[in-house]
Parts: sequence; C-alpha cells; structure tokens
Amino acid sequence: MNTAGTASGQVSFIPVDESTVAMKLSGSWSNDASIRPVEQVLAELSAFKNLKLVLLQAHDLAGWDSRLPAYVLKIIDYCQTRHIEADASGLPEGIQALLKLARAVPERAGARRTTQQKSTLAEIGKTVMNGLKDAKGLLAFIGETLLACATLIRGKARFRSIDLFLCIQDAGPSALPIVTLISLLVGLILAFVGAVQLAMFGAQIYIADLVGLGTVREMGALMTAVIMSGRTGAAYAAQLGTMNVNSEIDALKTMGISPMEFLVLPRMLALILMMPLLCLYADLMGMLGGALVTVSAFDVSLIQYYNETQKAVHLTDFSIGLFKSLVFAALIATAGCMRGMQCGRSASAVGDAATAAVVNSIVYIVVADSVITLICDRLGI
Amino acid sequence: MTTPHITVTNLTMAYGDFLIQRDLNFTIEHSDIFIIMGGSGCGKSTLLRHLIGLQRPAKGDVFYERQDFWHASDEERVRIMRHIGVLYQTGALFSSLTLAENIALPLGEFTGLSRYEIADIVSYKLALVGLAGFEDYYPSELSGGMQKRAGLARAMALDPEILFFDEPSAGLDPVSARLLDDLIVSLRDTLGTTIVVVTHELASIFAIGTNSVFLDPDTKTMLATGSPKKLLAESSDAKIIQFLTRGESDANKSV
Repeated sequence: MNTAGTASGQVSFIPVDESTVAMKLSGSWSNDASIRPVEQVLAELSAFKNLKLVLLQAHDLAGWDSRLPAYVLKIIDYCQTRHIEADASGLPEGIQALLKLARAVPERAGARRTTQQKSTLAEIGKTVMNGLKDAKGLLAFIGETLLACATLIRGKARFRSIDLFLCIQDAGPSALPIVTLISLLVGLILAFVGAVQLAMFGAQIYIADLVGLGTVREMGALMTAVIMSGRTGAAYAAQLGTMNVNSEIDALKTMGISPMEFLVLPRMLALILMMPLLCLYADLMGMLGGALVTVSAFDVSLIQYYNETQKAVHLTDFSIGLFKSLVFAALIATAGCMRGMQCGRSASAVGDAATAAVVNSIVYIVVADSVITLICDRLGI
Repeated sequence: MTTPHITVTNLTMAYGDFLIQRDLNFTIEHSDIFIIMGGSGCGKSTLLRHLIGLQRPAKGDVFYERQDFWHASDEERVRIMRHIGVLYQTGALFSSLTLAENIALPLGEFTGLSRYEIADIVSYKLALVGLAGFEDYYPSELSGGMQKRAGLARAMALDPEILFFDEPSAGLDPVSARLLDDLIVSLRDTLGTTIVVVTHELASIFAIGTNSVFLDPDTKTMLATGSPKKLLAESSDAKIIQFLTRGESDANKSV
C-alpha cells in the first residue's frame, strides 16, 4: 500500500478541445485515502461551457475499492442529466465491468422513497389517523375476543387444556415471589407514612385501619396489576409477536384453527383466573407488612393490630379490590394479546409490541382504577 | 370437462393503495402441479396468501371447485381451509411444541382418532419426510432443511386435497431439493393431491410443473399461463423466455 503521505486520490481535468474534457483519476482510491468530495469536482466540471464529452481516464491507480466506482457513477449520472456523454473506456476493465453491472437493472420507477418536508398540520393529521386506527384495532380485537368467549361458552372453542394449565402456572404460582416482595414492602411503606402523622396524635392503633383499607381497596389490586402487566402482559405480547414473525399464526389460520381461540383465550382465562387470587394474597402480604412495622416500631401488640384490622376492613372492601383485579386482568390480557397479534414482522416490531403492551396496560389500569374509585365514591361503598 | 380445482377470476391484489398484481385469471385442475413463478418482488407469495385465505383480494374472486372462497361465510371458508395444507417458507412450526405435537395438533383437533392412532400417524408422516425418530425434538433443535421437511409432514397431516408450497427448495442443498421434488411428484401420483408451488428454481419448474402462471412485476399482471415446457417452446414473450432460460437467450442476442 501507499505510504501515508501519498495515500490520496487525485482528480484532474485536461481540456482536449472546446467540447471535450479528459478527467484523469490517479493515486490511491481505497477506503482510507483522502479524496476531494465529488460535489467539488462536479462544480468544476460545470465550469466548462459547451461540454459534449467527458473522457474518464485512469492513470497510475495505486489501488481502489468501492469508492472509485461510486464516485464515477455519480459523475456519469451528472453527465446524463445534462446530456453530456461520458466515456468510461479509459478506466480499468474491472471498473468498467462493475459500472456495467450497476447499470444492468435500471432503477424501478417509483421504488425510491423520497422524504418530503411535511407540514405540522399533516403530522397532526397523521397522528390523529393513527390514533383512530389504533382505536379501531382495539374495538375489533375486543369484538373478536367476545366472539371467542361465546364459542367457549358454547363449548366449541379449540385450545389445548395443557396450554391453559401452562399459562395458569406462568401467571399464578410463578408470580408469587415477586408479588410477596412488592406487596410486603408496599404495606411497610404505607404503615411508615401513616405512622408519622398518626403518632403525633398518639393514634398509632389507626395504622391498622389505614394499611388495611389502603391495601385491600386499592394497593393490593393496583400493585399486582402493575407487576403482572410488566411480567405477563409483556410476555404475552412477545410470545404472540414472535409467533407472528415466524408465520406460526398464519399456519394456525390455514389449519382452520382460530388463533383467537387457540392462543388468546387460554392466556386471557389464565390471567383472569389467577389475578384475583394473587390480589387476595397481596392484600394479606400488605397487611402483614403493616403489622411488622407497627408491632416492632410502635407500641401496638399483634393482637391489637389484628382486632383493629378486623374492625376496619369489611367484606365489601375485599370485594371492591377483587372486582378491580378482575377488571385489571382483562385489561392486561387484552393489551398484551392485542399488541402481540398486531405485531409487525421484524425483530424490532416484537420489542415495540412488548413495550406498547406494558405502556397500554398501565394506562388502562390507572384510568379504570380512577373510574371504579369514583363510582364507588358516588355509590357510597 | 370437470370443474377445475381452483379458479381465479379477475383477481387484483393490493396493500392499501399499493397495487401488487391486477386482473389475474387462471385455473388449477385436479392433480395439477401448478407453479406460480416470476421475478423477485412480483407478488408470488402474496398470490399464495390470497389463495390460502390469509389476505382478502382487493377485487376479483377465488373459487374452490364451484365455491366462492372469499364470499363464503367464515365457517364455510374454514371448512374449505381444512382441505388444504400449507408449507411455509420457514416451516412455521410451533416453536413451543415438539415435532410430534406439531403434527398431532391438526389430527387431534379435527379427527376423532385415539391418542395411539395419532401417534402412529405422526410417526408415519415423519418417516415419509425422512425424519423418523425425531418425534420429541423441538423445532429449534433442527436444521433449516429438517424444519422445512417437518413443516411438510404437518401440512400433510390431514391428507389435504391441495398442498401449497412457498419456495420449498429455498435454503435446501441441491440433493435435498431434488428429493423434495420427487416427494411432491409421488404425493400427486399416489394420492392425486393438487399441488401449488411458489418457486423460481428453474430445475424444479421444469422437472415437476404441469401448469403455471407467470407474474410480471413491471406491468403488474400475469403474462401467461400453461405448462412451463410449453411456455418455453411456444411463448413469444421475451420476458418469459428470458426467465425460463436464466437470461441466456437474451445474453446471446445482446452480446
């Protein structure tokens, strides 16, 4: 190879007559050489008036790679647009062959994607249209799910019971450790936050009321829902998305098996069956966390705490929590399965689907929670 | 003359506003080995998706025998689809199931066979495609060619009347590709199965094809239909001749 000082490619012009110019390419044209930008050369070329013919010639080429053919193609393109003839016969045969190959299949009309400057209005319009499309997709998915449920009730749904059990295993027992940890800690936090205020009045005993009602009515269901949307909702989206990429969902359809029944139903059922149980478990863990703090740090005995909790928390409160967790389960499963089924056919699309599943389900959960809480407040329960 | 197995009339395919192919008209007879061919990007696989019920035509109809496939009710369409088998380009095996479970799935869902009978049929189908003994392997443990053959075993599970192949020889070595061709022909000869193949492997096209349609990406419509050999001998269309001779006749002309 060339030494560093001479590692550059040169382009020079030699006018032959008034309508012809010879373009001499010399030196090194490999990747690490320094070469004048092609725009400069084209600008120089445009300085020649009445140009009819450009003779491309190579002189003392020290070495070249794809840079040279790409450079020459640019010059030839420029000449073509200006009706100047470009003669490449002065270049080495290898380059000529490559140029010919690059020109063998003409660019397909309309194949090139042009990026146009879009107006803000157009962008807004597009965003709204996408939102509408999303909403339509959601409605369609809910409709299909309901149809599949109807088939299930008629006893005609086709899915393997083993799949249902696997999903139950995955959405239930496997989630216990994380649910234990999180709800215990949330109970602990609630107790501490309440204790700071209540201790000022010497009313530590009411920590039990606060923790009990807080977890049972609200935090138990909410925290399990957040955990399950990250754990199971994302997994559903990724599983179904990958199956989509791999044509497995197409294969099911052409087999005459509805993917809604075969894939979505067992996942939905598993989550809807398991979430209330997880929520109940989280409630107990949360109250246990509260008791730990109260009994150890404040002057309240375990029996007192237990009695106070029993007095404060009623069956209605449990029912509200369980009802919420049922709703959340349906929302998480819907978001996860929908994003998975609508997933595009690439690796990044699967990632997007999983992200969208978690984001959507958390939004749905919080909105639904507010609505239910508001309704309960109005009804006075 | 009997009714053709599949009739396509005035089929236009499009993704939204983007036209893929228009005005396709051809028929596939019983026991044909029908080749869908054309240059890359001309919509061969898209046509296949229209024939197997994965994508609705923008215009036009597909008839199975006399039944209008896309205007039938969903139940009717599913009933038709149970008589077809599809081998996807990648095999599309269910990755969470073993090969045996993959093949047993349609058998378990649509037949009243006992577990033992199904196991026997699964072993037989796997043996047919040269994968005897691989019942308990997961798809990810197999090579691409083996996955494809397992996909074929699954497609054949219910002894379909029509088998669709999406680029069966892509990614196979020449010997395996040849064996697959032989298998296709023997399926047709022994069971009378109608076979539709999307391919651009010239060797396969001439070895097995008895009928074909040629799609052109530039004019966005079909250029010809008929037996590939006959097309080569009789067609006057430069594009078809160029395709069927690997561009050699064209090269002879221009050099």
